[in-house]
Amino acid sequence: MKFSNKPDHPRYDAVVVGGGHNGLTCAAYLAKAGKSVLVLEKRPVVGGSAVSEEVFPGFTYTVCSYVVSLFRPHIVRDLELVRHGLEIIPLEASFSPLPNGDSLCRWGDAHRTRREIARFSAKDAEVYPEFSLAMSQLARFTKSIIDNPAPNPASLNPAEFVQALRSSQGLREANADQRFIYMKLLTMSAADFLDQWFESDVLKAPMSVSGIIGTFLGVRSPGTAYVLLHHYMGEIDGAMRAWGFAKGGTGGISTAIARSAQSYGAEIVTEAHVSNVIIKSGKATGVALENGDEIRADTVISGLDPRRTYLGLVGKEHLDSELTTQLGHYKFRGSSGKVNLAVDRLPEFSSRPGDGPHLYGDVAIAPSIQYLEKAYDQAKYGDFSERPYINMVIPTLVDPTMAPPGKHVISCFVQYAPYDIKEGASNWPQRREAFGDAVVDTLEEYIPGIKETILHRQVLTPWDLEQEFGLTEGNIFHGELSLEQLLYLRPAAGWAKYKTPVRSLWMCASGTHPGGGIMGASGELAARAILRKRAA
Amino acid sequence: MPIGTPFHPRTSELCTSLFYKDWAGYYTVCSYDTCHEREYYALRNAAGLIDVSPLFKYEVYGKDAAAFLSRVMVKDINKLKVGRCTYLCWCDDHGKVLDDGTVSRLDDTYFRITAAEPTFSWLMRQSRRFDVTIEDSTDKIGTLSLQGPNSRDILKNVGDTDLDGLRYFGLTNAKLDGVDVIISRTGYTGDLGYEVWVEREQALNVYDAIMAGGRDHRIQPVGLDAMDVTRIEAGYIMNGVDYFSSNTCLIESRKSTPYEIGLGWTVDLDRDPFIGQDALKAEKANGSVWASVGLVYDWPAFERLFDEFGLPPQLPGGAWRSPIPVYNKKGLQVGQATSGAWSAILKDNLALATVKSAYAKPGTILQIEVTVEFERRRVPAIVTKTPFFDPPRKKA
Repeated sequence: MKFSNKPDHPRYDAVVVGGGHNGLTCAAYLAKAGKSVLVLEKRPVVGGSAVSEEVFPGFTYTVCSYVVSLFRPHIVRDLELVRHGLEIIPLEASFSPLPNGDSLCRWGDAHRTRREIARFSAKDAEVYPEFSLAMSQLARFTKSIIDNPAPNPASLNPAEFVQALRSSQGLREANADQRFIYMKLLTMSAADFLDQWFESDVLKAPMSVSGIIGTFLGVRSPGTAYVLLHHYMGEIDGAMRAWGFAKGGTGGISTAIARSAQSYGAEIVTEAHVSNVIIKSGKATGVALENGDEIRADTVISGLDPRRTYLGLVGKEHLDSELTTQLGHYKFRGSSGKVNLAVDRLPEFSSRPGDGPHLYGDVAIAPSIQYLEKAYDQAKYGDFSERPYINMVIPTLVDPTMAPPGKHVISCFVQYAPYDIKEGASNWPQRREAFGDAVVDTLEEYIPGIKETILHRQVLTPWDLEQEFGLTEGNIFHGELSLEQLLYLRPAAGWAKYKTPVRSLWMCASGTHPGGGIMGASGELAARAILRKRAA
Repeated sequence: MPIGTPFHPRTSELCTSLFYKDWAGYYTVCSYDTCHEREYYALRNAAGLIDVSPLFKYEVYGKDAAAFLSRVMVKDINKLKVGRCTYLCWCDDHGKVLDDGTVSRLDDTYFRITAAEPTFSWLMRQSRRFDVTIEDSTDKIGTLSLQGPNSRDILKNVGDTDLDGLRYFGLTNAKLDGVDVIISRTGYTGDLGYEVWVEREQALNVYDAIMAGGRDHRIQPVGLDAMDVTRIEAGYIMNGVDYFSSNTCLIESRKSTPYEIGLGWTVDLDRDPFIGQDALKAEKANGSVWASVGLVYDWPAFERLFDEFGLPPQLPGGAWRSPIPVYNKKGLQVGQATSGAWSAILKDNLALATVKSAYAKPGTILQIEVTVEFERRRVPAIVTKTPFFDPPRKKA
C-alpha cells in the first residue's frame, strides 16, 4: 500500500497524529461522518505497532503485535473492513512444551483438552471447562465496559451516572458467586487466582501469563488476575472466542482500516514527522511538522501515547501542574521484546515432533510458575530474563504467503526485557544480540536444531520499540494495563474521555480507555466523542 | 453399506475423526479432524484436496454426441469447444429440473458429463435416435478437487502442463508425476481451483504426488463440511438440498425450473428442440413463480435477539441444510431458506433461499426464522446477489 508524503490541502476538519490502528480507526469514523481528515504517520508504513514488513526479502514479519482477539466486531462492520481485506484466522491450539520432553496442548476440542490435562491432573481436567464457563460469563458481563467510554465515579453529572449504569449493566446481572469471583480477579495475582482452581503447574503456568503480558509485574504480583479475563473477552465470529491471526500479519488489519478510511475520503500521509501541536489561546489550531510545514485543523487528534502527546506534542507550558504530576506517575515500564525469525523449515519440537495441528496456535514457553517468577526476578534487578517467557506463533502455517514455499516466519513475544536495564536503557543496542541469543538458546532447548534453520533474525528490544515505533519505554500498550491505570484513570483522572485540557485536542489511542491490544475501541470511542461534540 | 472411493486407502488413513458420510454410496470424509475449521481456512488461504469421486460420471461419444447432448441439455452443446467444460442443468418434458452438472468436451465427438444423481438410464432412453455410446464411468475414474489460492502452484510442482494458459472452465490433458490425467479448472468452492480426473488404477499415485507437491504450499486434505461452507459463500446450489430433482418429487409443487433455481442463464432457449423447451419458453414469456436468492442475516438484529436472552450470538458450526421459513414484512411466508452457513471470512451469516419472484430483488428485506432458546423468532435478512464471495483469483 502506497501513500503520499505531502498533504493535498493546507487545512482539514481533523488531523490525526500517528497512523497506528487506533488513529486510522478514528480517522475512518470521522471521514465516514463526512469530515475532511488527514492522518500523519512518521514511518513509511501505517499501522504503528500493528504492522507487517518485509524486513528480510521474501519474508513478511508481523513485526510487533502478532495476534488479535479483542478487535471490536462492530468496527469491522461499520468500516466494511472485510471488503477492504481484513481476514482473521483463529488460532487452533495452545501448545506448551516442557523441558522434560513432555508437553501440554489445549485444543478447541474439549475432550481432547480434557485428556491432555488429565495426564497432569485428573481434577484439573474437569475443572478446566468450569473455569472457562465462569470466566466467559464474567467476560460477557464486562463487555459493556470496553464498548463504552469510562464513566467518572467522582462526577456528580447525571450524564456520568447514566453512563456508569450503562457500563456496569452486565455486572449488575451477575449473581453473588460471580461477583465474588470478580472481586478476586480485581485484587489477586494471576497465579494465586489460578491456585484456587487448579493444582497442576503445567496448566497454570501458560494460563497465568496472560495476566502479565505488557506489564512489569510477575504472575505472583497482585492485580494481575484481572487481565486473565481479557483472554475470555475476545470475540471472533460473534461468539466469545479465542485468538486469531490476521491474514498478512497484524499489518493486514491496519491496511484494511487505512483502505477503509481512504474510501471515505481520508488522506494518509507517511514519513510526516509532527513536531508539535500548534496551540493558540489554549486551543489547538493545527500541527507543525519537523520540516517546518504547518497544517491547520479544527480538531487535532493524537494517536500517540499520553506522555508523547502531553509532554511532546503539547508541552508542559500549556498544562497545569496537577496533570503533569499525574502524567509523571503514569507507568510505562516496558517489559517485553520481540524476536522475529525467518526459518528454512518448520520447527520440530522434541516433545511433539513433526508437522501437526499443535503448531497452528500459539506456543507458550512457560513450563512452570517458578520459571516465570525467576524470569521476573532477573528483570526486577535490571536484567533481561536468561530464560524468558516466550509466546511463539508461526503465521505462515495458515497464511503461506508470508514466506516462500516451505519456509516460515516465527514471531516470538518475549518477556521479560525491562526497558531500564542496569546498563541504562540507551545501552540496549549493545545488549540486543545477547537478548536475541537468550531467546534462541531458550528455543533450542525445546526445538533442538532450530539455530541451524534460522535464515534471518530481527531482535526488537524495548529501546527499539521506543525509538522506531514511538512506544514510550517500549510499553506495548501505551502505558501499563494495571488496575490503577484503567477506566476513568486512563491516562489521568478527569481526562479519560479522549478530551484534553487543550481545547480541540483529543486523544484516540491505547493510552485511553479501554486501551491495550488491537481493539480499535479507543479510536472508535474517540471519534464518537468528537462527533458528538461537533468538534470536527 | 457404502464402499470406498479409489482414494479411500489414503483418505481413511488421514481421517482421524472418523467423520464420514454416505455420498452416492461411497464413504466420504466430512472433516479429517473433529472440526472442519482448518480445512476451511486452507481452502481460502492455501489449498485443500477434496475427494469428489462419488460424482456420477458418464462418457458420451460417437458421431452424434454433440447433437444428442444439445437435445438433452438446456445448453447448446454444439457450441462447446474442445477443451472446454460448461455448467448446466437438464430437465424433464415439463421443463422441471432433473439435475445440474457439467459437460466437458474432451474431443470433437467425446464428452464427459458429471451429475449428482444416477442418470445413465435416462440418458440411454433419450439416445435411441442418435449414433452415440454412453458409458457409466463413475467407478472407473477417481476425481480430486484441488482448491484454493495455492492450487495452481501445487499442480505446477507436480506436473509439466502449462496451467497459466488454462482458463476458468478449461480442461487439458496432463501428466502428473508421470500419470496421464485430465485437469479441468473447475470446482465447487468459488475459488481458484482444479479438478483432476484419473483412471482408478493410478489414483493413489496421483493422490500421493499432489500431497507431496503441496506440502510446502500448506495443502490440507479437506472434507465435505468445509467444502459445503465454501459452496454457500460461492452461491452454488445443491441438488437434493436447495432444489429437488423432478423425478424424486411426490408432489408437483416441489419441482423447480431452471429459472426458479437461478440457472436460467444456462438455458439456450431459441434453437433446435431440446427436452423441456416448450415449457421453458412459456415460463420465459409468463414469468416464474419462484426465484433463488442469497440472504444475509441482519447481524445487529441477530446479535440483539440473542442478547435479549443474555447469550452471545450462536452461530452454526458448519453449513446447515434443514429448511427455514422466510417471511415478508407483513409476516406472510414467501419462501424458505434451504441451506446456509456462517462465513468466517465475510463475517456474515449467509443463506440460500427460494422465494416468490416478487421478493427476489436485491436489497429486499425479508424476515428469517431464528430459534433461540427453543423460541421461534425472526430477524431481518437482506436479499443479496450471489456469489457472496468472489475473489478475482477464481478467474484470473
